[in-house]
Amino acid sequence: MEKNCIEQKLSKEVEEILNQYTAAKDNLVPILNDVQVKYGYIPQIAQRQISEYLNIPMAEIYGVITFYSRFTLTPKGKYAISVCLGTACFVKGSEKLMNRLKEKLNIKEGETTPDGKFSIDNTRCLGACGIAPVFTVNGEVYGNATVKKLDEVLDKLLAE
Amino acid sequence: MIDKKMINLKIDNKEVTVPEGTTILQAARQANIDIPTLCFLKEINEIGDCRMCITEVEGRKGFATSCIQKVEEGMIVHTHSPAVIEARKMILDLILSNHQRDCLTCTRNGNCELQALAIKFNVTGVRYEGTKNEHKIDDLSPSIVRDFNKCILCRRCVSSCKKVQKIGAIDIINRGFSSCVSTVGDNSLNDVNCTFCGQCIEACPTGALHEKDSTQIVWEKLKDPETYVIVQTAPAVRVALGEEFGMPIGTNVTGKMVASLKRLGFDKVFDTNTGADFTIMEEGTEFIKRLQENDNLPMITSCSPGWVKYIEMNYPENLPHLSSCKSPHEMFGAILKTYYATKENIDPHKLFVVSVMPCIAKKYERQRNEMKNNGLYDVDSVITTRELARMIKQANIEFVELEDEKFDNPMGEATGAGAIFGVTGGVMEAALRTVSETLTGKALEKIEFKNVRGLEGIKKAIVNIGDKQIKVAVAHGLGNAKKIMEEIKQGKAEYHFVEIMACPGGCIMGGGQPIKSAKIQETVDIRKKRAEAMYNIDARSKIRKSHENPVLQKIYKEFLGKPGGHLAHELLHTHYEAKEKYRFVK
Repeated sequence: MEKNCIEQKLSKEVEEILNQYTAAKDNLVPILNDVQVKYGYIPQIAQRQISEYLNIPMAEIYGVITFYSRFTLTPKGKYAISVCLGTACFVKGSEKLMNRLKEKLNIKEGETTPDGKFSIDNTRCLGACGIAPVFTVNGEVYGNATVKKLDEVLDKLLAE
Repeated sequence: MIDKKMINLKIDNKEVTVPEGTTILQAARQANIDIPTLCFLKEINEIGDCRMCITEVEGRKGFATSCIQKVEEGMIVHTHSPAVIEARKMILDLILSNHQRDCLTCTRNGNCELQALAIKFNVTGVRYEGTKNEHKIDDLSPSIVRDFNKCILCRRCVSSCKKVQKIGAIDIINRGFSSCVSTVGDNSLNDVNCTFCGQCIEACPTGALHEKDSTQIVWEKLKDPETYVIVQTAPAVRVALGEEFGMPIGTNVTGKMVASLKRLGFDKVFDTNTGADFTIMEEGTEFIKRLQENDNLPMITSCSPGWVKYIEMNYPENLPHLSSCKSPHEMFGAILKTYYATKENIDPHKLFVVSVMPCIAKKYERQRNEMKNNGLYDVDSVITTRELARMIKQANIEFVELEDEKFDNPMGEATGAGAIFGVTGGVMEAALRTVSETLTGKALEKIEFKNVRGLEGIKKAIVNIGDKQIKVAVAHGLGNAKKIMEEIKQGKAEYHFVEIMACPGGCIMGGGQPIKSAKIQETVDIRKKRAEAMYNIDARSKIRKSHENPVLQKIYKEFLGKPGGHLAHELLHTHYEAKEKYRFVK
């Protein structure tokens, strides 16, 4: 299999992560976590390398990735937007925020816009129920959110 | 052996004494008390997942899942108390609420474990009509169709693939209600590490997994007066086909099978066992040459297409160990389209060769580019034992009542050596008979090589041929094949000759054979019964060594020349190449 230089670089980096662990099956989740943190998702090439290193079929690894919401299969956008759908935020209407986001960016939860600029996720309680509903952009929390407030933030980012 | 502590318990008021570590389910079965199961598949999938086998244990909160719950001293178990029955009904209702219930048009109609439970519980309606998971049907592979609208998430296929075959092509993906059995990236089986062995189909209780149907094309060709349709039947088909018509497991139905094929309208009915005899001549000759030249030993057999795909994907660096022989039905197809067509004055383009196989990987093998000669495929269609049974039923043939008929001449003659190809160790034994007599020039005193028989996962033996000691190994099931391959890879293998079959038990347990419920798989030694039937065919054969088959002798003399010669190589041999396991990965 021919790899281009980006893939080669990625492979090398994944190898460095793998070298920190023994080939024990138990290390699957910590390894996936390291890859997720480094790239914001788990690339297919990395899945393959992990499969070979730990001697676990790719289907099983894919099963683990799709089981945990922490792990994702597509890269996050430059602006990763999360809407809290925890109880307090939900009661305060965070679903409207989510719907608005999906409509404006034309993608679904868990997806990234084709230009790689935005991604949408839902999240559970962030511990900011006092200012519910909340959404975050790259970890920065926006409280007492309304659709209008969300629009303002989005329009600013879209204009960039 | 240390005696195990015995446990006394009561099941449905019956005193039962069983060794410590026995499950409630096993204990109940011993006492002739049946408990319904669904996800349970003995020694393969014992995970207590579907909870159909729940029982009530006095003094215990909640229900006990009997397939995994171990017995305890003094336990009082009720297997069908009103509460248990009510709970089982609820479980069944919930499974059915997310199941595509088009039983009448399902391939497993009449042989479905879920349907059987629905009958048992007198399901007359479905209590819950909620959201249904909708999945696309994966029919891109030449062998297997996956229809997860019928999957009940029992995981029997996953365990069979991962634990028995050690492949892991499928697993549970996603979470909660979105969970389903699929491949990495939700790709087609065609693009992942699946070998098309079909053991998942044999494990599936419903119609979620089945073979790709090829009966339509066969019916069409049978109807077409322009096409000369020849059928050949693999050794393992005749010892299992009867089961589809209610006959006991292990019944040899060769005569009825031939009669039914003639009734269906095939122009000629030939025996793949003859093809197997060709394989022995070619493989035996190849082995002797490689042994004398110490060339890429051990030589490994190449009759099992699931195994061939496995080694191409997983051990490409060891491909030179594989015999270059095509599998018996491919060899036979090649002979039919050349020698036979010329002799009978049939245009090979109008000849349509159908193979009836116990195998679904044969469907994949058939359409490999390597299996062509002069632009024509050696074999044009492969149907499984199950598909043949379906055709016989459609034609309204009373199979059980049929009078025995014989294979057509002149290609119908086969030996006992060809017959045992369908069982683990059979190819090795058949080869040893011919190799031994060829090398020593003397007739064998004992032609049965019993040390390569039997159902042990890996059998090893040393065979004395003249002054030579030949070390052989026989592995069946890809999990065992993997062990042998690791030995070879690490240079630890000292064998000269290795036989590998992809399916546990060999072709008699192939992915195209009649599907048996988990309960039958648990209580009947299907492998043993089918294997015995095969060995009986051999024992009763007049000719039991491939090189003594007069049909072959004639064809080599008139047409092929020497075994391993130029024309034999062109028609009967092939080559292999490394294959990408995960074709979709960039």
